[in-house]
Amino acid sequence: MSDLTRKTAAELADLLAAGEVTSVELTQAHLDRIAAVDGGENGVHAFLHVDAEGALAAARESDARRAAGAPLHPLDGVPVAVKDVLTTRGLPTTCGSRILEGWVPPYDATVVAKLKAAGLPILGKTNMDEFAMGSSTEHSAYGPTRNPWDLDRIPGGSGGGSAAAVAAFEAPLAIGTDTGGSIRQPGAVTGTVGVKPTYGSVSRYGLVALANSLDQAGPVTRTVLDSALLHELIGGHDDKDSTSVPEPVTGLVEAARQGASRDLSGLRVGVITELAGEGWQPGVMARFQESVDQLVKMGAEVVEVSCPSFVHAMAAYYLILPAEASSNLAKFDAMRYGLRVNPEGVAAPSAEEVMKATRDAGFGDEVKRRIILGTYALSSGYYDAYYGQAQKIRTLIIRDFEKAFEAVDVLVSPTAPTTAFKLGEKLDDPLAMYLNDLATIPANLAGVPGISVPAGLAEEDGLPVGLQILAPALADDRLYRVGAAAEAALTEQWGGPLLTKAPVLEGAR
Amino acid sequence: MPEISRDEVAHLADLARIDLDDAELDHLAPQLQVILESVASIQGLAGDDVPPTSHPFPITNVFRDDVIQPSLTPAEALAGAPAVEQQRFAVPRILGDEQ
Repeated sequence: MSDLTRKTAAELADLLAAGEVTSVELTQAHLDRIAAVDGGENGVHAFLHVDAEGALAAARESDARRAAGAPLHPLDGVPVAVKDVLTTRGLPTTCGSRILEGWVPPYDATVVAKLKAAGLPILGKTNMDEFAMGSSTEHSAYGPTRNPWDLDRIPGGSGGGSAAAVAAFEAPLAIGTDTGGSIRQPGAVTGTVGVKPTYGSVSRYGLVALANSLDQAGPVTRTVLDSALLHELIGGHDDKDSTSVPEPVTGLVEAARQGASRDLSGLRVGVITELAGEGWQPGVMARFQESVDQLVKMGAEVVEVSCPSFVHAMAAYYLILPAEASSNLAKFDAMRYGLRVNPEGVAAPSAEEVMKATRDAGFGDEVKRRIILGTYALSSGYYDAYYGQAQKIRTLIIRDFEKAFEAVDVLVSPTAPTTAFKLGEKLDDPLAMYLNDLATIPANLAGVPGISVPAGLAEEDGLPVGLQILAPALADDRLYRVGAAAEAALTEQWGGPLLTKAPVLEGAR
Repeated sequence: MPEISRDEVAHLADLARIDLDDAELDHLAPQLQVILESVASIQGLAGDDVPPTSHPFPITNVFRDDVIQPSLTPAEALAGAPAVEQQRFAVPRILGDEQ
């Protein structure tokens, strides 16, 4: 294996700046790695589409800029993988769904445009649960992604492809999206770092919407500093997104560097009472407690904080999300783009019949479940009891956060209640699947930012555990300060980054 | 406990324009019942004094400068269409023969 794939994005940026490596060399190294471990029966299957030609062309242009002394950005030339829910001009964008098989968007998402404008070669598009509905990537119409720690286990979801790509050293950087935990939970179960930025601080233009009021794109990386570098690059106001926060996104890299000095004196940390107890794996709780102990050692003051409405977050989420999703996915109507299927045995089918046949053939089970649930929740007669009530719970959760952040600077919890489970284990048990997002959902409902950083391996199964840190809206810098401090302390305790303990992938067989 | 019958699921699927067959209805209806039971816990939880939230940070009156921005060409806009005729999206018939 090439050493280049083991380096962090920050290290690769330094090597490029020093002229010790070219973008073509390191882009090729990652393409080689993808070819070695991603395909085949026992492949990781993090990618739905690899764009070797496009990535190498971008890398050559990047090298030319470097040679001329005019790089566009410190990360110019560092390759990146993009979740298949963000539109890429000229590259397929399927959202893990049959209904968009073969669709090549005529425009770039703003996040993608920013990556291109900074000169990052795009390696390809990563696998995901269909339309980001899921916590295991098993709901992808193109087959599941496998967890590099154990190929028989799930990599989390919906962004399992992005997390597995960085965990398997197929990409130094990736973009994910987080609607209820789809960046943070895959980060936790693959031993990587994932950040859900403050709602509206990264443009949603070109992000194929699951739930508009919850969706947020963010960085997926192996280190906290790399996330900060990528987050600053993709963040900021966008005219094309009416929910975009009109504030610049700055100070994150500085906060990560400051955090790495491991001084947290004066920092107030709240442990969320409600995110523990029954259903939480002992090995997850043990590693979480150890992480909290590290924060105390670095000078943080830790208290327990109750957020009583969090126990209702999952119920509220699984009404609000399906309601928004059922409305959003109405656009897949077989008329303007995507799949069109004619119903069998109908001579001259109507538009409505074609629409129904197409949506039946194009959507998978989980998408159908949520569309029907959302249609139910929005039906007259049920609207107030379900959707209206869920929106009120959302207010109560926001109030819980507001009250908590009067007492503490950040909140912490385990990112997910368990480590990675076996492929197939919860596939046809939607409720069991939904429970994976217990700890991550409140942040989406309130719009606050959150990060997951590796917290170690659970004793009972040797699989990664994540530490979640939550901060008030627009205080994303705190995630990086605390996350980098925890990362530095824990890495020293382990004697090296957690991923060095992951099994070596034998590659495609 | 809320109940969602197989017939109701069929009706909702119809409203959502998804042509579910019998096997799918048999499979999905009981699952939806279980999900619905679990989310029903929030019914009546918050009273009239709690305002609903539709969006974490309500931003209103968002305008950009009134300058022309590049947009898709007709060819680009039609590039993904299942069928195209005379620079338009070609769609199946909207009305029945008798209408």
